[in-house]
Amino acid sequence: MGKKRKRDAAAEEELFVSGHRACPGCGMALAVRHILRATGKDVIVVTPTGCLETFTSPYGYSPWRVPWIHHLFENGPSVASGVAAALKAQKRDHIRVLAIGGDGGTFDIGFGALSGMLERGDDVLYICVDNGAYMNTGGQRSGATPLYAATTTDPPGRRSLGKRERKKDLPAIVAAHGVPYVATASVAYLGDLRRKVRRAMAFRGSRYIQIDTPCPSVWGFPSHLTLEVGRLGVKCGLIPLYEMENGQIVSVKRIKRKVPVTEYLRLQRRFHHLLDRDELKRLQEFADDTIRRYGLLGPSEKGGSHDREGGPER
Amino acid sequence: MSRTQVLEGSEAVAWAVRACRPHVISAFPISPQTHIVEQLARMVADGELDAQYVRVESEFSAASVVSGASAAGSRAYTASSSQGLLLMTEVLYASAGLRLPFVITGVNRAVSAPITIQVDHQDTISLRDCGVLQFYAESAQEAYDLHLAAFKIAEAPDVLLPVMVCMDGWILTHSYEPVSLLEQEVVDRFLPQFRPVHFLDVNHPKTWGSYAEEDVLMEFRYSIQRAMEGAKTRIREVFTQLGELTGRDQGGLVEAYRTEGAEVVLMAMGSVAGTIKEVVDALREEGQKVGLVRIRCYRPFPHEEIWSAVRGAKVVAVLDANVSMGSEGAVSMDLKAKFYGRPGAPKVFPCIAGLGGREVAPEVVREIIRRALEGDEAEDGSWQPYWAGLRPEILP
Repeated sequence: MGKKRKRDAAAEEELFVSGHRACPGCGMALAVRHILRATGKDVIVVTPTGCLETFTSPYGYSPWRVPWIHHLFENGPSVASGVAAALKAQKRDHIRVLAIGGDGGTFDIGFGALSGMLERGDDVLYICVDNGAYMNTGGQRSGATPLYAATTTDPPGRRSLGKRERKKDLPAIVAAHGVPYVATASVAYLGDLRRKVRRAMAFRGSRYIQIDTPCPSVWGFPSHLTLEVGRLGVKCGLIPLYEMENGQIVSVKRIKRKVPVTEYLRLQRRFHHLLDRDELKRLQEFADDTIRRYGLLGPSEKGGSHDREGGPER
Repeated sequence: MSRTQVLEGSEAVAWAVRACRPHVISAFPISPQTHIVEQLARMVADGELDAQYVRVESEFSAASVVSGASAAGSRAYTASSSQGLLLMTEVLYASAGLRLPFVITGVNRAVSAPITIQVDHQDTISLRDCGVLQFYAESAQEAYDLHLAAFKIAEAPDVLLPVMVCMDGWILTHSYEPVSLLEQEVVDRFLPQFRPVHFLDVNHPKTWGSYAEEDVLMEFRYSIQRAMEGAKTRIREVFTQLGELTGRDQGGLVEAYRTEGAEVVLMAMGSVAGTIKEVVDALREEGQKVGLVRIRCYRPFPHEEIWSAVRGAKVVAVLDANVSMGSEGAVSMDLKAKFYGRPGAPKVFPCIAGLGGREVAPEVVREIIRRALEGDEAEDGSWQPYWAGLRPEILP
């Protein structure tokens, strides 16, 4: 108890405040609030075009209590590189650069710029708040859309089951650039998310965190279920949470009680067309493969320092 | 105060940029811009220039890096050409909207297709509407001078817009001429360190690049337009100040060359002015009343200066090294827009000249003048653009 009270008393100054225009239950808004709790105030945030830019910046209003800049859709990473270069030139080294972009700006249209930034190793923590489609324009397919999900530009129909391809494995691509820190996180596990942001801030150079941020409006679930949907995504194996340091996986979030993918999918309208289809098996296989690949079900390594699941979520 | 060296045009520009002490340089290679950014890279590598040099994966990122650096309060520089400038277009619009005062060299080169590395002005002219000031240099010396002026003008609190210094690819970037360079301390006095009022500052957090709608967006646009118009005063001031330092008065927003009492005034931008001046001199010798107005500052458009220089002329023959397909050259359109309805305005003879490196030799200029004097416009007064030096025999 005492420990909890101490935490509350030390509650960090809120740097992303209420009053913004996110939809009810927006996973992204919650993620951003906790990202900034973890970074503290000495950051400059760059956000490419997308939901986050739109709902936080109607002219004359702002929930950002840190300097924030939106420039264009495809240049979040390079604007961030420019800010980092300026800070270095000005010797304002204690100020850190954070880019927070959606999956469209990160996986797709900003991918070239992202790769350039990573290859140069510019001192930027790039965070992708991933909701798996272009939500700002009404839910069109992106490279982050999961297999079989319905989007407005890849809808299920008599000749279609929705997204035909798997989600791009961007964390692996980022890691292939040889950056010091890559992690995946979920808004359903906020303690883990904040810890990863803090860990990322301990490194210099390019770092990447990809956060699963469920979107009630386009995924099609009631807005009070954001965290539940996020949790089920992790527990069924479709959203593996792990972190890599210098190319090696150093921790995974283990699944205590694995759930079948249907538990995750049935809550979301974007997968309803799939529930009575044989292809459902493919998604289950995919989840099982992911669990095996990252060792999400194995017992914790006794006394190992690499398993950091413990601790209640807050 | 200064020393003269024989320099390649690109090198002269690199020396100017170096003297301006930018914090951040970012570039992606494209001919014929490369020698400038290679020189700067060498200066950084040798420790002669203390700047962060960000070697990006595209021109889009080059412009974005300097935007970010500028927003963070640093003086920043980039350069590009042709396709690279077109790729930067979206960034330049947004950077003007965000009022980011970086400097960019637009090394003029024609635009694909067909792909070519030869010079014309189609690339930079395509950027005329985005809120970036545009200067055009006639010589390597002027390119040097204009870069010094560009930073000072861009950073003026009443301007705060990107400035592009345009220079003809190859003709100016790759030829050698004597260039007089100012001593560093002179430049330092002329252009002190950049101290922006607004920058990304954790102690005074501000939100940049907001979403705007019908209640305010027009006012944002209007303020850029107002800053552009207001910049004219600042440009004249800075050009004069620089002229005093260098002893070179290359004129204000335009250079009027032997326009007194001229019947025909040619109008052009860039290095072609050298050829035109020779023709003007020769024809003046022969007793013909011809002159030249060379536009040094194209955006903002210096219609007042042009008006004073051409008043009394019968015809202004505009040599556009660009075409707005389906209409005509951009400069002639600008001129007509400003002349229309003005009593005593000269006729405007639109010429397309020098596309894709097509030579504008003295006889081409003479032919333009001949046609201008002849007045071969249609009966209704409209004057079809004359494509100078076109080879109709190879057209399908």
